[in-house]
Amino acid sequence: MNNDEPLGGDVNAVLSIAEERKKEMRDNWSARLTSLAETRDKAVFASLFDYFAPRLKAYITRLGMPPATAEEVAQEAMLSVWRKAHMFNAEKASASTWIFTLARNLCIDRMRREKAVEYELPEEEPDPEQRDQGEHLILEERMRDAIATLPENQAQVLHLSYYEGKSHSEIADQLGIPLGSVKSRLRLAFSKLKAHWGEEE
Amino acid sequence: MNISHHFDDATLMAYASGSLPQGMALLVACHLHWCPHCRQRLAEAEAIGGALLAQIEPMSLKADALKSVMDRLDLEEEIPLPQIRPVQTATDLPAPLHHYLQTNLDHLPWKRLGYGVHHIDLNLKGPGATRLLKIAPGVSVPHHTHAGNELTLILRGSYTDEFGRFSAGDVADLDGEVKHQPIVDTDQDCICLIATDAPLKFTGLMGRLVQPFIGL
Repeated sequence: MNNDEPLGGDVNAVLSIAEERKKEMRDNWSARLTSLAETRDKAVFASLFDYFAPRLKAYITRLGMPPATAEEVAQEAMLSVWRKAHMFNAEKASASTWIFTLARNLCIDRMRREKAVEYELPEEEPDPEQRDQGEHLILEERMRDAIATLPENQAQVLHLSYYEGKSHSEIADQLGIPLGSVKSRLRLAFSKLKAHWGEEE
Repeated sequence: MNISHHFDDATLMAYASGSLPQGMALLVACHLHWCPHCRQRLAEAEAIGGALLAQIEPMSLKADALKSVMDRLDLEEEIPLPQIRPVQTATDLPAPLHHYLQTNLDHLPWKRLGYGVHHIDLNLKGPGATRLLKIAPGVSVPHHTHAGNELTLILRGSYTDEFGRFSAGDVADLDGEVKHQPIVDTDQDCICLIATDAPLKFTGLMGRLVQPFIGL
């Protein structure tokens, strides 16, 4: 009697179900955001708020905003989600990436104390590498897994850059390493994450 | 436009994370306008931000936050949405720079900096400097190194330096470890947008003579 086989099979089945669930959950955010633009359904907005607003507040706080401002900007970002939902394109980015860029732009405006120009990129030319929505979702899942496998010193510069909005020179000063090392760690992290991005191509 | 020199990955990550000084961000936006290759790479760098946002430890908002935002949604509905379109310009400038300058390169109040070199300081806030440089054919910029990062976007004409030939649309993405001396290599002025996040350091006698005046 072989005990290993059914056990191994079960574990794999459980893993793949967990993967499916995770994917389904994430699929929902992009799908919900797309439907928000069409339906203007406040219940859909509330569900996006419940998931994203506390993450935005955490992100904005880490960027160095005082708590009251972080609260205010997180709410403002969610209002932008409502206002600009029609501009979300699930073929170009996932919901969390799009919401990340909205919040980032609001924070840049706040820090500069003046309205930064939002540069609309040209839309006209069809991108031969255009991904469909499904691909973006798989990508983001992979990206998250890949971030978890980065060596500590690469994860650290990624966090200082994205979560804390530090410039390369500020990171170099803070860590006491040359500017070139900050950039090479970021490059290494990016190429590792890109390898995950491109795995299925 | 035939672009052969692009940004370093680290620069696009800094743009994606919102940590570039204003002038460098303007320059990056200009190149992105021209370069589908870098737009694709930026999408990847922004996806890192999206993944990091999704996995951050959430922080509770005030108890009434959802309600107060929901109360504002109806007000939002009444405000007509501004129609944002990509700016159509008749100039050879990328839209973000045209938006900033509101004129084209030939109608700018160029100031003489030295032999064959004119400039316009964009007077943007933040560390470093952002300026347009117009360099006459055959003229070379003094040998210099950089304390921080220096981005150059060629808007018109071309130059050659230790790293190759740079023409309209190309960017040179340099940091403190490099030393270069660009020379304009055609019979046309070379006009470029240069943004730094720290002062440049000129080397050699020419550099020492020129730096106090240029103040780059």
